[in-house]
Amino acid sequence: MQFIVQGYPAYAYTGGRPFEPKQPAIVFIHGAAFDHSVWQWQSRYLAHHGYTVLAADLPGHGRSPGAARRRVAEMADWIAALIESAGLANAAVIGHSMGSLVALETALRHPARVTRLALIGTSAPMAVGESFIAAARDDSPAALDMEVAWGHARNVLLSGSAVPGASLHGASRALNSRAHAGVLHADLCACQSYAPPIEAIRALKVPTLVIAGRRDQMTPMKAGKALAAEIPAARVVTLDAGHSMMAEAPREVLAALHDFLR
Amino acid sequence: MDHSGGHKPPKLPHPDTLAVHAGQSPDPATGSRAVPIYQTASFVFPDVDTAAALFNMEVPGHVYSRLSNPTVAVLEERIAALEGGVGAIATASGQAALHLAITTLMGQGSHVVSSASLYGGSHNLLHYTLARFGISTTFVASRDPDAWRRAIRPDTRLLFGESVGNPSVDVLDIPAIAQVAGEHHLPLLVDATVTTPALGRPFEQGAHLVIHSATKFLSGHGVVIGGLLVDGGRFDWAASGKFPTLTEPYEGFHGMVFAEESTTQAFLLRARREGLRDFGACMAPMTAFQILQGIETLPLRMARHVESTATVAQFLADHEAVERVHHPHLPSHPDHALARRLYPRGCSAILSFELKGGREAGKRFIEALTLFSHLANIGDAKSLVIHPATTTHFRMDDAALAAAGIGAGTVRLSIGLEHPGDLIDDLGRAIHASQKS
Repeated sequence: MQFIVQGYPAYAYTGGRPFEPKQPAIVFIHGAAFDHSVWQWQSRYLAHHGYTVLAADLPGHGRSPGAARRRVAEMADWIAALIESAGLANAAVIGHSMGSLVALETALRHPARVTRLALIGTSAPMAVGESFIAAARDDSPAALDMEVAWGHARNVLLSGSAVPGASLHGASRALNSRAHAGVLHADLCACQSYAPPIEAIRALKVPTLVIAGRRDQMTPMKAGKALAAEIPAARVVTLDAGHSMMAEAPREVLAALHDFLR
Repeated sequence: MDHSGGHKPPKLPHPDTLAVHAGQSPDPATGSRAVPIYQTASFVFPDVDTAAALFNMEVPGHVYSRLSNPTVAVLEERIAALEGGVGAIATASGQAALHLAITTLMGQGSHVVSSASLYGGSHNLLHYTLARFGISTTFVASRDPDAWRRAIRPDTRLLFGESVGNPSVDVLDIPAIAQVAGEHHLPLLVDATVTTPALGRPFEQGAHLVIHSATKFLSGHGVVIGGLLVDGGRFDWAASGKFPTLTEPYEGFHGMVFAEESTTQAFLLRARREGLRDFGACMAPMTAFQILQGIETLPLRMARHVESTATVAQFLADHEAVERVHHPHLPSHPDHALARRLYPRGCSAILSFELKGGREAGKRFIEALTLFSHLANIGDAKSLVIHPATTTHFRMDDAALAAAGIGAGTVRLSIGLEHPGDLIDDLGRAIHASQKS
């Protein structure tokens, strides 16, 4: 569904249901160089179980035009503007990886807009390897290899997929490769430069769920737990999965979210 | 070839390892290391809500083995990993894979541009059968990108060719045809049965969709019929604007817009949720298991296949009773340089040749062979021989045969895994017999 956010067109997937602003709302925020479709196995279910769902394409990603925002705070302001543009008073905000920083920052900058916060595959700060940033800067195919190799549990390529017939590496690589030139680099730099305001995080009041993958190579489980320890109303669910846990463990992520949102 | 621009990519498993492991974890229920054969039609729902969610594609999982099955899924994920695709669908045959690809993309009033150098069964489907349902095909010379370009019409929805044509063994210039496809916002479908991912990966060369007859080299044992359809996930259906089956709401599945549902898997979602569901040409779990047994040794077998084929091709080329040999390994073949560029490890265990003495000599030759089996198949561990003009391609007239690179006396060989010396002995004896009048 198309919206106008900050004066420009923006796309958000509504989970295969008509947009219904009177129901409790959930906003999903994807990670670097991805789009709304990373939430395929969570967003559609929740949209059919009592929630209004907006799985956003951030500016410059997927079907949302414009330039990718350079800073997490700008993305957070955009998410708050999306919530307002959609005619919603507020929403549960759920983010993955870079999107988890955007979700966190939305809760910090626009607390009235965020009823619940879920951070999946998260770490704050979110250090990104120099080699990854350099490969992304040069638009090297090595950046795609890095994303699939580190973005999943080791050996996920040699295991069965939870989605029959799907290749997690192949899907992730194809989605990444469709991103506009420069978007991966811009996103990784946004992650790298994000300085978490620790005092403000410690003062957060919003109920928070952190989902951490025990085999996450990008944002290790201990980093997710460390962030959760700073948020007063946070609890942690750990899963046997790598960083791309919405695809690696789709049912488990959905169950954790569904339980948290109830 | 290093495409990484000096950036060191992390190590990922090699194709040989993927061929043995991709898509399978030890069975969580039993610990079985081998792929279990889930010989079941249906799967029990844990509760009513999950049943509804599975039917509505809100959660992933198995419902009914026409749509998906755990054993079949291992095969699908393995070929997707080997090809570098986003996923795959296993079908009842290679023909079913081609049919599923086409019917997912288009309906009546649509048009395909296809290489003229095709397996006879694919030619039948395109030229006779799909035409009856309003999908027409223009066949073009595979080596001429401008011929492909000229054949494209406003209603064209797909370009199609074989990575290496059967039986003429011409090599499709996938990068060149992919460029034509890109100019017209059309997908390129490649039948990679003859090359397999062990010799070349069409997605890396620019193709968007790949099909296989898994009956052939992927299995290698000639005991099953099966097909595979793989999506590279790179074609932008929405930007093309020519594929309403993927970009408009589908009433047959709750108004789903497949390209919104999944950016990279829209095609496979529609193919599974419509084509497998309604046409029903699915693969049986036992078949998938048997194909998986073959794929485990695919890289080893293909190396031996192409090595022996090069030896046989040279033997035939040197033989005084042989008029012409068609195989890209030979410098005389028009695609020799292209084959070296696209398939540096070798490109085909299929070759064809023409004996002096035409059709009659060909007949005597085939009947004098003792090691080669005379039958309609390729890609077996056993060496095979056939006379295409009277068998696989018998419905084609002389002009169509010529366009496909087939003469009245053309003999096609599929070189197996026997010792190449034994193959050459058998061929030498039979050629000698063929020249006696």
